[in-house]
Amino acid sequence: MTEKLLEVKNLKQYFNIGKPKEVRAVDDISFDIYKGETLGLVGESGCGKSTTGRTLIRLYNATGGEVLYDGVNVHGKKSGKELKEFNQKMQMIFQDPYASLNPRMKISDIIAEGIDIHGLAKSPKERLEKVYKLLETVGLNKEHANRYPHEFSGGQRQRIGIARALAVEPEFIIADEPISALDVSIQAQVVNLLKKLQKERELTYLFIAHDLSMVKYISDRIGVMYFGKLVELAPADDLYRNPVHPYTQSLLSAIPLPDPEYERSRKRKAYRPDIHQYEDGEDVRMREISPGHFVNCSEKEFEQYKANYNHKK
Amino acid sequence: MKKLLEVKDLHISFHTFAGEVQAIRGVDFDLHEGETLAIVGESGSGKSVTTKSIMRLLPQGNSEIKSGEILFNGENLATASEKKMQKIRGKDISMIFQDPMTSLNPTMTIGKQIMEPLIKHRNLGKKEATERTIKLLDLVGIPKPETRLKQYPHQFSGGMRQRVVIAIALACAPKVLIADEPTTALDVTIQGQILDLMKDLQKKIETSIIFITHDLGVVANVADRVAVMYGGKIVEVGTVDEIFYNPQHPYTWGLISSMPSLDSQDEELFVIPGTPPDLLHPPKGDAFAPRNPYAMKIDKEEQPPMFKVSDTHYAATWLLHPDAPKVEPPLAVQERQAKFHASIKGDK
Repeated sequence: MTEKLLEVKNLKQYFNIGKPKEVRAVDDISFDIYKGETLGLVGESGCGKSTTGRTLIRLYNATGGEVLYDGVNVHGKKSGKELKEFNQKMQMIFQDPYASLNPRMKISDIIAEGIDIHGLAKSPKERLEKVYKLLETVGLNKEHANRYPHEFSGGQRQRIGIARALAVEPEFIIADEPISALDVSIQAQVVNLLKKLQKERELTYLFIAHDLSMVKYISDRIGVMYFGKLVELAPADDLYRNPVHPYTQSLLSAIPLPDPEYERSRKRKAYRPDIHQYEDGEDVRMREISPGHFVNCSEKEFEQYKANYNHKK
Repeated sequence: MKKLLEVKDLHISFHTFAGEVQAIRGVDFDLHEGETLAIVGESGSGKSVTTKSIMRLLPQGNSEIKSGEILFNGENLATASEKKMQKIRGKDISMIFQDPMTSLNPTMTIGKQIMEPLIKHRNLGKKEATERTIKLLDLVGIPKPETRLKQYPHQFSGGMRQRVVIAIALACAPKVLIADEPTTALDVTIQGQILDLMKDLQKKIETSIIFITHDLGVVANVADRVAVMYGGKIVEVGTVDEIFYNPQHPYTWGLISSMPSLDSQDEELFVIPGTPPDLLHPPKGDAFAPRNPYAMKIDKEEQPPMFKVSDTHYAATWLLHPDAPKVEPPLAVQERQAKFHASIKGDK
């Protein structure tokens, strides 16, 4: 991996600040995303993975910390022009292909909305040509341009969502559970498409999901979140072969696999946060256990994890 | 094993403005005592319609059971009266739905909702019903049942709500439990807990389960037998080992190969090409033929019957006809079959 595209430093996103119901959705997390890679983000619902994605793209204003995109602070004060430039570089694909397309707009207008805003087409003809080309890229055809969202199946809608994200020629795409609303056979189609586009256009992805086997398949590196914290960050293979944090181990032990024999002998590990028994003021942070493999732990646990880690090799 | 439920040549249609949609086109299956039968297939393959018809929960007016029988306890549920069905629902056959958010009444305490079938079907008094409810909540693993039963659904998390739904379904110890994607809306870790709970309760209450899902990992975990549905028909049925290690139908091959395994490397995921059949105008031949790379001429002209693979394993594909040419299934399936044959030899 070469260049850092995105640096997240001590990002915090709290809701209901100062009220009794304060929620620390994202609580002091740091990670980098390199150019051309796919970073997977997994965790159970409510762990803050979607909030992280949304904060990165400025859908929320961060409570604390900073996000640097190509060295520029995403949440810093920007002029309208700078903001527009930034918005063109970063795009998002949403989870629910039914809710994320305006039912009263034609497909061509949905896809071209970004093209219009950024003035990427000089004439109506060029605009339409761009839309046709995008539809082709995602495996639909130009007859689809004049239809409305309700005429499409879930998988096709997700393709439209992808075409819309690609319309402004972004560098970085945040995919927030893009396949969890789809059937197994359709999931494979969308994942293949995302991979193909990444190769052709040198895109960088943040792939948020809770389906762990799909995440393993698409990601180069994976971050595991638990209650607003990043607990482990490692190359995809390494994470599955040598999960270190007890929460990661519990998560991996729960993945159902299409193999009855394996399922009969499966043992699930439960995770209890109180096994850590951190003392007050103990220094708990991300520590590098082997090159590129980070775990959130205390100094004491770090020694333990490290000892165990080497045995497994 | 004794047959508890028999579905014979079931045909169901929906009447729409565009015409008659033939959602179920001749489904046959049995449910044995104490077993878990999983029904898998993509959206629109008819798995939910089949099970809803067993409960007779299909919308009145635009749906119609054209022909076929659903035999339960010597009675044909396909033609039973609504009054009769009300006695069966929740008592002999009950159902767990996909989304625990919408299947509970937000304005009723969960205690009341669990007591409802007990009071209606078992004629229990309020005090007895409350006692039984506390026992049920304890059984499904909800801590502090005495205080929890006075709470409303919004005070529970998703996993806890699904436990409540299971408690309602099991309140009268039904003979058949239909679970329609009960874990799809839940997280992996919670999903594991709910699956373990259901298996545990199945042993305690001795109920048979029909489990609908499109997650093959879940199927491998819970099922004794598996039925694969496509285009309103069952295309393959067998024990869980037969379906996963020795699948015969090209559609089952496609389903199994399109899931990434945890050690699959960088190759492209297998994709079943094309789209599901239009059941408004069902094809003359095999509904899967247009998407089937192994399709032969006869596939487009005539529907394949169920060919016998073993006593428990049947598949509807012309590839099993003695005159059909030998074909090579996808690599992932070949690996599984090799393992299967090796294990059979090992047994002998």
